[in-house]
Amino acid sequence: MLKKRVVLTFPKETVEQPITYHLIKNYDLMVNILSAKINPDEEGRLVIEISGQRKNLDNGINYIKGLGVTIQPLAQDVKWKEDRCTHCTACIPLCPSHALMLDRVTMKVSFDSDHCILCGFCLKACPYQAVEILY
Amino acid sequence: MAKTIAQINDRIKKGEAVVVTAEEIIDLVNKKGVKQTAKEVDVVTTATFGPMCSSGIYFNFGHSKPRIKAQKVWLNNVPAYAGLGAVDTYLGATELPENDPTNTIYPGEFKYGGGHIIEELVAGKDIRLKAISYRTDCYPRKELETWINIKDLNEVVLFNPRNCYQNYNVAVNLSDKVCYTYLGVLQPRLGNAIYCSAGQLSPLLNDPLYLTIGLGSRIFLGGGIGYVVWQGTQHNPDVVRGENKVPKRPAGTLAVIGDLKQMNSQWLRGVSMTGYGVTMAVGIGIPIPILNEEICQYTAVKDSQIYAPVIDYSRVYPEREPDVLAEVNYAQLKSGKIIIQDKEVPTGALSSYAKAREIANILKEWIQGGKFTLTEPVQLLPSVDSGITCQPLNERP
Repeated sequence: MLKKRVVLTFPKETVEQPITYHLIKNYDLMVNILSAKINPDEEGRLVIEISGQRKNLDNGINYIKGLGVTIQPLAQDVKWKEDRCTHCTACIPLCPSHALMLDRVTMKVSFDSDHCILCGFCLKACPYQAVEILY
Repeated sequence: MAKTIAQINDRIKKGEAVVVTAEEIIDLVNKKGVKQTAKEVDVVTTATFGPMCSSGIYFNFGHSKPRIKAQKVWLNNVPAYAGLGAVDTYLGATELPENDPTNTIYPGEFKYGGGHIIEELVAGKDIRLKAISYRTDCYPRKELETWINIKDLNEVVLFNPRNCYQNYNVAVNLSDKVCYTYLGVLQPRLGNAIYCSAGQLSPLLNDPLYLTIGLGSRIFLGGGIGYVVWQGTQHNPDVVRGENKVPKRPAGTLAVIGDLKQMNSQWLRGVSMTGYGVTMAVGIGIPIPILNEEICQYTAVKDSQIYAPVIDYSRVYPEREPDVLAEVNYAQLKSGKIIIQDKEVPTGALSSYAKAREIANILKEWIQGGKFTLTEPVQLLPSVDSGITCQPLNERP
């Protein structure tokens, strides 16, 4: 069983494709939608966690790519700038997936992009513009 | 046996002074007792790093040819105060750029302002200066636009009318919608709590009755050397205190000054508070001379003995109501959750404990290395019995 968190960017013309349905039905994958939105240019952006057998996962990803949908690991979309962070911890209570973590001995903040679900709560909470999400 | 600051300075110069941080003194007093520790330790270093709105710089940018008596000044399109001498100006940390959308699209982002300019200036970046004026016989020029750099300014001085609050409110939100405040984003229905103090490391919490910190105290300011020059605005010593004399409400404050040219942008950081505005985070470290056992005992205060009031920022704070929801201590706040109205509320801070710890250690090294000696205050801050209080505004028709 393999698990991946990916960001799918749908060009305007593919927005109406029932991709999630096909991933589940045809490729036997578990799909957990972490966030979904359509921007003003009508491009769709879906953050999902997909898990299943390696072969199914590869096939599913190839199916997505074949549709002209861009797929990339979630980690590439969010940036925590360590040099901007002052470890104030304002973000800590707001981060729902504990991607932003506080070591209570050193009182230093760290970021684990594997746990980030791109909710964006930290963007508004960070006074130092230390988090950046590239849309 | 009591010590004097002169004796401590002698030991500093010889490289013999015993210096510990306000964290380290806690264990020492615990192990050896206050009597022995007071004998052995010369200086305790305290520190804080957090947003401090009443901060800013004044500077003299030099006379242009021909001369201008700057009437209005902008730095990177952010207005600075020019009602001083011809080419003297003051830039406040919370000043916003002209035409900033503020909260017209709520909540506003407030990405740039006075605090960010000060950070950039200290970092050595060029800043665009624009000045306008009217013509006089001695100052004929009406417009000036140029680049300035910190290294070319005659004097550039960080002068903060209120820093270093002795304790602070813990902000929560009892309403049903998100509140955007100067203490950060508060989730509805007690979704989170935000505090802003270094607690056991914080300068004025380690000298609760202002026995050593006063006018002329030499301090770590923004990575350089600065001085306490007055009590800060809203200095309010006569608040409810614990048996350990530590105030349970925001109390004393400091006005501080220092040459910006020797500071470092790591310790002066522009701050953007969503839906509120801009400000600047300032790093301050203050040495406390251990002159006697009483002073030593105060520096041994720990997080679990320092209490802060929990205030509702959706109604109570803006309406200037007196209600305090609860008192919690900094050990509870730093644990990550507090209990308010039977609800577990996750906590976050605006003040960086990690940075405060770093500053306390830098100051310790400076003193140990003989680079930094202590000063005798020329006057102590107004204390509990001074009659000085922070008055609210009584509006008159």
